[in-house]
Amino acid sequence: MTTTETNGETAEERWGAGVISYKAMGYWRPDYEPSDTDIIAAFRITPQPGVDPEEAGAAVAGESSTATWTVVWTDRLTDHTRYQGKCYKVDPVPGNEEQFIAYIAYNIDLFEEGSIANLTSSIIGNVFGFKALKALRLEDMRIPVAYVKTFDGPPHGIVAEREMLNKFGRPLIGCTVKPKLGLSSRNYGRVVYEGLRGGLDFTKDDENINSQPFMRWRERFLYCMEAIERAQEVTGEIKGHYMNVTAATMEDMYERAEFAKELGSVIVMMDLTVGYTAMTSMSKWARRNGMILHLHRAGHGTYTRQKNHGVSFRVIAKWCRLLGVDHIHAGTVVGKLEGDPAMIAGFYDTLRLDYVPANPAHGIYFDQDWASLNAVMPVASGGIHAGQTHQLLHYLGEDSILQFGGGTIGHPMGIAAGAEANRVAVEAIIKARNEGKDYYTEGEEILKLAAKTSPALLAALDTWGDVTFDYESTDTADVAPTPS
Amino acid sequence: MITQGTFAFLPDLSDEEIEAQIRYVIQNEWSVSIERTDDPHPRNTFWELWDLPMFDLNDPAAVLAEVNACREAFPDQYIKVSAFDNRKGRETVALSFIVQTPDEEPGFTLERQSRPGRTLGYTSRPYAADRSHGERYSSR
Repeated sequence: MTTTETNGETAEERWGAGVISYKAMGYWRPDYEPSDTDIIAAFRITPQPGVDPEEAGAAVAGESSTATWTVVWTDRLTDHTRYQGKCYKVDPVPGNEEQFIAYIAYNIDLFEEGSIANLTSSIIGNVFGFKALKALRLEDMRIPVAYVKTFDGPPHGIVAEREMLNKFGRPLIGCTVKPKLGLSSRNYGRVVYEGLRGGLDFTKDDENINSQPFMRWRERFLYCMEAIERAQEVTGEIKGHYMNVTAATMEDMYERAEFAKELGSVIVMMDLTVGYTAMTSMSKWARRNGMILHLHRAGHGTYTRQKNHGVSFRVIAKWCRLLGVDHIHAGTVVGKLEGDPAMIAGFYDTLRLDYVPANPAHGIYFDQDWASLNAVMPVASGGIHAGQTHQLLHYLGEDSILQFGGGTIGHPMGIAAGAEANRVAVEAIIKARNEGKDYYTEGEEILKLAAKTSPALLAALDTWGDVTFDYESTDTADVAPTPS
Repeated sequence: MITQGTFAFLPDLSDEEIEAQIRYVIQNEWSVSIERTDDPHPRNTFWELWDLPMFDLNDPAAVLAEVNACREAFPDQYIKVSAFDNRKGRETVALSFIVQTPDEEPGFTLERQSRPGRTLGYTSRPYAADRSHGERYSSR
């Protein structure tokens, strides 16, 4: 009998009924060279004790592509080696004997064009509950240009958004209306007006503001629009409020988005909880209707935070850039929510650069060519304040949105003063940076100097100047950069 | 009153401070343009250009001299300095800040049109547009 399989088994050994190893089924292919059009995934695998890491990697490749638990003869009706996921490399994780990084290449034909739902149903569909693994984490994906080009990407991107808003050369400044729950529409609109006239570019519905008994969406949109128009009249600037159109059904979401558009809003928002298909539908709607689309990553922490299991946020960021959002929350480094500086730098690069080189110190496993797909504006939100502005610019860069929620509304002199404090701080740090100052180390002095002509900033620094959130991150890189 | 531009919330920039920003622009190999208007409506994108963008000018002092010439010619108008970055993927304004605000800022009025379903149509109308065309555009 001739050998027909890569691993040298006979046809009987390979195709006889029963259970054989995933490796023997052809999902371990150490000789395989990924092609330019393959989709590649890096998985962090933690095999059960006694399970060979290569077999575990092969199992992940199998379960995320063609395999089932036993041999099926119907494979032989297909060009099955083409459709098999191919685990071609398993590397040990430095300093961790339990974990390995398995690299798996998938043929592009396994995935429907322009469908994150389909991509994720394969890549993370079944395999995360697989018994032979204690834990599994999707660390990164290389999306080939051929597949990138089947997606529309962000409806506008950073450049078109800045041109639409007529705001250049500094981070945009926003604020989430607080309290998140309970305000009536009219009072809610007051907060929006005070924040926008005070100096914010945007205010924002929080993720869980949809349409509850205390405030229905239609009333909220009406009062927010009045607030926006009034603030534009007073300041001569374009202003926006992220109107959250998240709802129970797509029909409801479209209805709310259409209403926001009719009122003249420049932006709508949705929550990650609506799912990949709904987000893609909203992206196409936003592109058709010229509306900026903001995404709040509600719920992501349930699967992105733990280093041994789940999906890294850099992968979520890639999927969201492909399906097309203009804004996405991507971490603050200094605020109240999880965020290692190196990891966050990797997320921001993934969202903004046109070509992202592999960078293990930032958790980036692969070169990623976006082939001119629009860039996404990363949003920093959660426990940040004016006194951290120099750090925020240092870590997050100019093309970002800084959202000071409590740091605006909790200001002792009022919401407009809180907004002004944030705006003065951002402008002062940008001005100093442009003048060639070392704004990161001299940040506190630059802000104090700016506060001499801004009582609002002075009060903000007095109130929050020394507030920090210093906790160890759980999601960190395996390798630290060695100083050269 | 109008808070457009990168440094709207800081005290007016001195000539030295303007020059420092222009130096940053030139270091980045961006080109500078000077634009002016009497109507800073938030959606008035195309202000009048003061000559062409200065693609090949590498001397901050010379750019500042152009800023001052524009100020002298149009003392009652808004003047901004914009920097244009022509790199792939950007190809847009990289920095834009106002260097002259008129003493009298007429501002805008917000007009509301009642529509069905309690919605309103909004128009922000600049008072500057109340002046005659001849008054606004024939003075140079």
